[in-house]
Amino acid sequence: MNYRLLYFASLSDAAGRAEERVASEAGDVRALYAELAARHGFTFAPERLRVAVNGAFTDWDHRLADNDEVVFLPPVSGG
Amino acid sequence: MFAISEAPIDTLRLQHGLEADGAGAVVCFEGRVRNYNEGRAVNGLSYQAYIELAEAEGRRIVEEARGRFEIERVSCVHRVGDLALGDVAVWAGVSAGHRAAAFDACRYVIDEVKARVPVWKREHYADGESGWLHPDGTPVSG
Repeated sequence: MNYRLLYFASLSDAAGRAEERVASEAGDVRALYAELAARHGFTFAPERLRVAVNGAFTDWDHRLADNDEVVFLPPVSGG
Repeated sequence: MFAISEAPIDTLRLQHGLEADGAGAVVCFEGRVRNYNEGRAVNGLSYQAYIELAEAEGRRIVEEARGRFEIERVSCVHRVGDLALGDVAVWAGVSAGHRAAAFDACRYVIDEVKARVPVWKREHYADGESGWLHPDGTPVSG
């Protein structure tokens, strides 16, 4: 399946890009993160991240559909 | 109202938006860029947001404040982009019949925004380095 990834803050720096499209066999969010962490050298453990699919927070077991927009959110630091 | 803003925050305009005949108390909070953090000299900050989700989560927080406190009006705006020392990074304001609810709701909004809204801060240090800040205060290089 094809997914659209958006990256922010230190994950964007690590990936060297703000977004990308990826073709992946990963069927859920957790598997997709493991694949991308290996590819881009992300050092965050999943417990330190939140995840959003198609603009809404969700959980790590969320089943993905073709063309989903997936975002792994590093710990926030607004304010 | 909650918004992410690329333009400087117009605090006076936002204060006027809190006016209501039943508002006997108005509390506003301004989070500003300061010149140090964790013992390092800071020259400025950059903020980045996942705007779509930040605005949705911010609106949820504002609605929660309405439900929890006896208030008239509530709004909050967070800046993104490059900010200089003294610039307003986040503004939260509440009007209410009485001061206790206004203080409590304003505190609630700013605390929840800082904890939940997907906005990230990059500090630019006087020594030329910079780093993204995460909740434990540790900059991540990049």
